Amino acid sequence: MGTRSLRFREALRAAMLEEMERDDSVFLLGEEVGHYQGAYKVTEGLLEKFGPKRVIDTPIAESGFAGIAIGAAMVGLRPIVEFMTWNFSAVAFDQILNNAAKLRQMSGGQLQVPIVFRAPNGSARQVGSQHSHAMEHFYAHIPGIKCIAPATPADAYGMMKTAIRDENPVLVFESETLYSLKGDVPDDPDFTVPFGVASVAREGKDISLISWSRPVHVCLDAAAELARQGIDAEVIDLRSLRPLDEETILRSVRKTHRAVIVHEGWSYGGVGAEIADRIQRFAFDDLDAPVGRVSFLDVPMPYNAALEQHVIPNTPRVVEAARAALYAR
Amino acid sequence: MTDSSKLDHLLHLYRQMQLIRRVEEEAAAAYAKGKIGGFLHLYIGQEAVAAGCSAAMRPEDTMIGTYRDHGMALVRGMSARALMAELYGKDTGCSRGLGGSMHLFDAKNRMLGGYGIVGGHIPLAAGVAFASKYRDEKAVTLCFFGEGAVPIGDFHEGLSLAALWKLPVVFICENNEFSMGTPMSRTLSVEDLTLKAPGYGMQSDRLIVEDVLEVEAHIRKAIDRAREHNEPALIELRTYRFRGHSMSDPGKYRSREEVEAHKARDPLLRARKQLVDGGREADVLRVEEEIEAEVLDAVQFAESSPEPSADLLEATTYVGPFAR
Ligand SMILES: Cc1ncc(C[n+]2csc(CCOP(=O)(O)OP(=O)(O)O)c2C)c(N)n1
Repeated sequence: MGTRSLRFREALRAAMLEEMERDDSVFLLGEEVGHYQGAYKVTEGLLEKFGPKRVIDTPIAESGFAGIAIGAAMVGLRPIVEFMTWNFSAVAFDQILNNAAKLRQMSGGQLQVPIVFRAPNGSARQVGSQHSHAMEHFYAHIPGIKCIAPATPADAYGMMKTAIRDENPVLVFESETLYSLKGDVPDDPDFTVPFGVASVAREGKDISLISWSRPVHVCLDAAAELARQGIDAEVIDLRSLRPLDEETILRSVRKTHRAVIVHEGWSYGGVGAEIADRIQRFAFDDLDAPVGRVSFLDVPMPYNAALEQHVIPNTPRVVEAARAALYAR
Repeated sequence: MTDSSKLDHLLHLYRQMQLIRRVEEEAAAAYAKGKIGGFLHLYIGQEAVAAGCSAAMRPEDTMIGTYRDHGMALVRGMSARALMAELYGKDTGCSRGLGGSMHLFDAKNRMLGGYGIVGGHIPLAAGVAFASKYRDEKAVTLCFFGEGAVPIGDFHEGLSLAALWKLPVVFICENNEFSMGTPMSRTLSVEDLTLKAPGYGMQSDRLIVEDVLEVEAHIRKAIDRAREHNEPALIELRTYRFRGHSMSDPGKYRSREEVEAHKARDPLLRARKQLVDGGREADVLRVEEEIEAEVLDAVQFAESSPEPSADLLEATTYVGPFAR
């Protein structure tokens, strides 16, 4: 199998394009996805290729078009909904929570909702408090939907395909700051990456840094710095938050006996808390230190560039948390 | 239509209306005995809406509505057994006891649900219509909601997009004058709800529901336009619920006289009288007897059906393996 070098956004686009070619029932809708070529150029060229029937520019009505897409999915179409960013999904939250996630169970299994919601998520650069939310924490809470957050172009490609082929609602958390990241992507239209399988981004034996999406790269930086300090960190890229690859997390912790969970978004509740809970429940005897957390500081995101960097998980904070877990402060 | 075939048709609609009413009366009794839990919103008084609208639909058309959904389900062909068993939370219910009164689903008959969030299903209905148009199925979706849904965002987003994208959907506002205990004068700035339609460039129509055949005729026009020209419409049907908002509502916000005045104009009794006056009393009595048997059978069926197993829960949450 050959590979091609693609940027993250191109990998997502290739996956959508190939799946739309493969299945007529797949269509794309969202604000600026067509004529404008995508607010972040993820959908560039798709309108020209598939026409306005299948690449649909919507007005600013997230609840309305999310609901329409869910309605179309419940009778067998396979919509891909792009929110301009996940922040704006808040006004469509009810549609995702009460319709997409519930239809199957409340119909006694009669209906299913094969739909993908995707958008950039988390911090961007100085976009302020209303545009910097890490929304995966709100959504991963909900049974009935799946949440994925790839960190590399290959995973973006393979997981987007898996998402489109899934019979359930799948929420894809992308990152504006990753869109230009380049990486090798398999040159195979049938390459898919399964959900619920984490990848070990760096092997190590002293401590497990557990993360997803953009902060995986922060963890890799931190691991390089820790290596210089003689500490061999393992970096787990979860890729998928629901389902969560508990096995890989526990295997790593049983090896290193120490863990720090690194993510965007606040630490109160949320996915990091869930992971910490599973580690203490299932690997309590293997732990040599309390599980550490590095996340957004517990405040709305400030606009000021230096303060923003202070709030977002950064390499020094990850290094510090790792050293604390190793009692190496 | 000849007089005789018109009366045959009316008898059919009377049968549906009477079935709804009797099923609900028995459901209310079962609720009082604690056999049915949660919320139970009765449709009594509004039956001519479901029956009249359904008569104008084809089998491939879809109905979608609110938690006040018993009438919709029955007119689209759900059995009284499957409905009553669902209210009882039994495994034999339409949604295997997992949905309950507010969430009746019958995918086979394209009754795509009762929904509990006011207005939340309005975009879904537009989405089902979107799929029909995408696949060129020439099928129409009918979406029901109360006047209490008109102020919420999803009403406006749903109608705005349906008109923009020319979707074959008919939005039917069942204006029963009250949103729970609040009269429409305190929830809406206008009395004529079809005034909302021109803002979306949408057709509209309104009618006071007295005669089930009149409902059918009005809705048929809107359905035909939607089917032939992908023109959505907003229809306001003025109606009245004879019971409380749900079983827990004693209805203190309206006078006994007001309710009695509406009961005197009950569209169900009007249909019955038309049939009797047309010489069909024997048919009416036969239908009523059949319905009694059907309803009692449904109650017995629900009573004696098994509870759903907990194994169902995870299996119906995801298609395929559970994601945790
Ligand atoms: C978004 C939302 N807010 C509040 C409620 C609680 N609630 C349920 S029904 C109802 C009244 C709705 O009245 P209307 O839309 O006129 O329909 P009707 O019950 O008269 O059929 C309210 C406030 C809800 N279900 N959803």
